[in-house]
Amino acid sequence: MSNARFQARPATDQTGRPDFISIKNFGFWYGDKKALKSMSLDIPERQVVAFIGPSGCGKSTLLRNLNRMNDLVDGIRHEGDIEIKGQSIYDPGLEVISLRRRVGMVFQKSNPFPKSIYENVVFALRVMGVKNRAVLDEACETSLRKAALWDEVKDRLNDNALGLSGGQMQRLCIARAIANRPEILLMDEPCSALDPIATGKIEELIHELKAQFTIVIVTHSMQQAARVSDRTAFFYLGELIEYDTTEKIFMNPGQAQTEAYISGRFG
Amino acid sequence: MASSSSDNSTPKGEPWVWFTSLGLIVGLTMVAGLLGLVLINGFSVFWAPQVPTVKLKDGSEIIGQFVQRRVRPNSPASDPQYERQYQIGLRELNSTSYVWVDELNITDEKFTRETLGLERMENGPAFIIPKTIVDSTGKQHPFIVPNATVDSAGKFHPIYTTAFSLIRAEVDQATLIRERVLDINQNKIGLVNAEMEETRIALRRAEDRQEPTVELTDKLKTLDLKFAELKKEAEEISKLTALGHIEGIDAKGRSVTIPFAGIVRAWEPNRMTTLDRIGLMFSRMQEFLFDAPREANTEGGLMPAIFGTLVMTVFMSMLVTPVGVIAAIYLKEYAKDGPVLRVVRICVNNLAGVPSIVFGVFGLGFFVYVLGGTIDQLFFSDQLKYNNNTPVFGTGGLLWCSLTLALMTLPVVIVATEEALSAVPRGMREASLAAGASKWQTIRDILLPASAPGILTGVILAMARGAGEVAPLMIVGVVKLAPTLPIDGLAPFLHLDRKFMHLGFHIYDLGFQSPDSDAARPMVFATTLLLIILVVCLNLGAITIRNRLRARFKGASF
Ligand SMILES: Nc1ncnc2c1ncn2[C@@H]1O[C@H](COP(=O)(O)OP(=O)(O)OP(=O)(O)O)[C@@H](O)[C@H]1O
Ligand SMILES: [Mg+2]
Repeated sequence: MSNARFQARPATDQTGRPDFISIKNFGFWYGDKKALKSMSLDIPERQVVAFIGPSGCGKSTLLRNLNRMNDLVDGIRHEGDIEIKGQSIYDPGLEVISLRRRVGMVFQKSNPFPKSIYENVVFALRVMGVKNRAVLDEACETSLRKAALWDEVKDRLNDNALGLSGGQMQRLCIARAIANRPEILLMDEPCSALDPIATGKIEELIHELKAQFTIVIVTHSMQQAARVSDRTAFFYLGELIEYDTTEKIFMNPGQAQTEAYISGRFG
Repeated sequence: MASSSSDNSTPKGEPWVWFTSLGLIVGLTMVAGLLGLVLINGFSVFWAPQVPTVKLKDGSEIIGQFVQRRVRPNSPASDPQYERQYQIGLRELNSTSYVWVDELNITDEKFTRETLGLERMENGPAFIIPKTIVDSTGKQHPFIVPNATVDSAGKFHPIYTTAFSLIRAEVDQATLIRERVLDINQNKIGLVNAEMEETRIALRRAEDRQEPTVELTDKLKTLDLKFAELKKEAEEISKLTALGHIEGIDAKGRSVTIPFAGIVRAWEPNRMTTLDRIGLMFSRMQEFLFDAPREANTEGGLMPAIFGTLVMTVFMSMLVTPVGVIAAIYLKEYAKDGPVLRVVRICVNNLAGVPSIVFGVFGLGFFVYVLGGTIDQLFFSDQLKYNNNTPVFGTGGLLWCSLTLALMTLPVVIVATEEALSAVPRGMREASLAAGASKWQTIRDILLPASAPGILTGVILAMARGAGEVAPLMIVGVVKLAPTLPIDGLAPFLHLDRKFMHLGFHIYDLGFQSPDSDAARPMVFATTLLLIILVVCLNLGAITIRNRLRARFKGASF
């Protein structure tokens, strides 16, 4: 168990586009405060990339820029560009809504709507204007199955989602995020509030979802990063220190700071 | 450890807890005092006590219901002397219904068993000693009260005389007939009147435009006939009780004749059992709640005022809620933060501090004259032209009252809605946006449902304030006595242009405008009680809805 964190998963087939998400010289400010220093990295298609680093280093900030969630914050500014499949997400011709429909997001704190389980899952389809009951039913079942929640809730789809347990809620949020089949799934510490069993389930889930989605996950757990990700990016004080295959980062980090962090000497 | 616990285990701020509760106690005491005062005083409208025959030093007598006792003005403080107030009724003979009697003047007080209490359509109550009853067929019956039986234990068993049952039967019959006449006069003749009004306007228009008028004049003639017929029918019916009356004498020995047609209720104050009194109380309460007022509102019921208050309050809430919520959504979600927005916010908040009469003046000036006048000119120009310039919407009415109060309570709803929107967890908003919902979809599907309880709290506060408001209403459409209700069977059923009665104004009118303030006093309290109950009921209704909504978010704290 002690060396579990070094058991990186074998790299999966790399047939997808290597620069599926391409972050180019991207820097970011909250008001006058520079939260991200200019950085570049490519995230390959259908792989899991983990963002690690000490608290406040800008992992969430970068993640939330991938679906422009940071637009909600006043006084933000950015430089450089982020491209998804070669198209800039800041392209004025691209609507934020359609971007967010392609990039699903799971938050650290599960945030189901105070609606029924069913309505939670199909929310993204509803706002797209899908009314066909069969389509909704089908989407609900598939995403709940993918989120490994179907068996637990199939008999109470019409119950309020707030009656679920914390772990179930988080899986519900995952189901909600994948219901409209986005291409990319962003996860910001999805397991931070969960027990080991639920965490295990979600990690398994990530592994399965990888076949269809490109996943970016922020995590504070080295073991988790090692278990689920193909590539890992290490951030420190708003700077991208190192970005490589997970195996390389954990077995043979190129930077002293990375080494110090993953061996638990700070952070 | 245990020995020093008294010092260490008490946090420093603890002794002040009782101090904060002091504020609550003061508040509660005031509320309880107010409620108690209102309850006791209001209750006396319904309760029928014994009615004494009071003998005075000069040998004269009065029969009257005891009202209150007070220190006689100008009596020395060291040796206070009291005087008592009695309601002696028979205003047409005594010129006043209430008298003050110096206690020193009272030589004897007895409860004459024959005393009959009568509540009448006009001139207030009467207390008389009946002598003869003439029934509706004209037959005379002497009024005799047989001796009551006293059982072995000394308990008093009154016997209901056939004479009193006769009075009851006659009063009941008279009431039925009165209702039938009222139905004809108000509903049937009202319909004919409305039609006549319309025809007359049509006639004037036709004359003006030199169109043929034969049809209309014919119609008017048939309506006139119908009117006369109905009038005659009403007269015929009222003749049925014309004969019946009670003959008796008052305290001074003067003979009085009271026709059954004018009697609402009869009771024997000195012979009835407690159960009878309770029965009478319920009968009076029923009248209070479900009947129209009589005698310049000092007697009878409050149905039109209750109804008017309810309709106005509900209508006001229906106006203020959507407007307030939409305004709050704009302010909170769409408006860009900046000096303009800040000024708007300050203005909205200051609106809540503007005296309500100012809203009334604004309502009169803007809603009634400008808006109402324009509506009249646009849609009711015929009515104006051919009906002696009688305005329809260009005068106070239900719509303008509701609008004025809606404007007055708008800040409450706006502020509550803004607060509720801010209180929705950020995660929920983000989740919705991240799922690809537009801002409007997020507001509609997530934010509004989640903030519904908070919005309802605002509406509850607005309703409570609106239902109790009087000052602005007096100038935009509430009247002392409205001939019709704002909702009735005549199309279009909800008459937004009608003037209506309101409990708050009723209280003001009774208390300060009534010619006989003594007679109105208990009614003021009873009406106040009713208004309080009504506001509480409206609030309870809204609170129930809010709690239902809240239950849906119960699990939200994990
Ligand atoms: N809305 C905001 N406004 C201003 N500054 C912000 C905002 N959100 C984050 N920051 C700042 O940006 C920096 C990076 O924050 P971020 O949330 O990205 O860190 P993080 O790496 O996700 O940390 P953690 O692991 O604790 O979640 C921090 O210094 C934080 O104070
Ligand atoms: Mg974070």
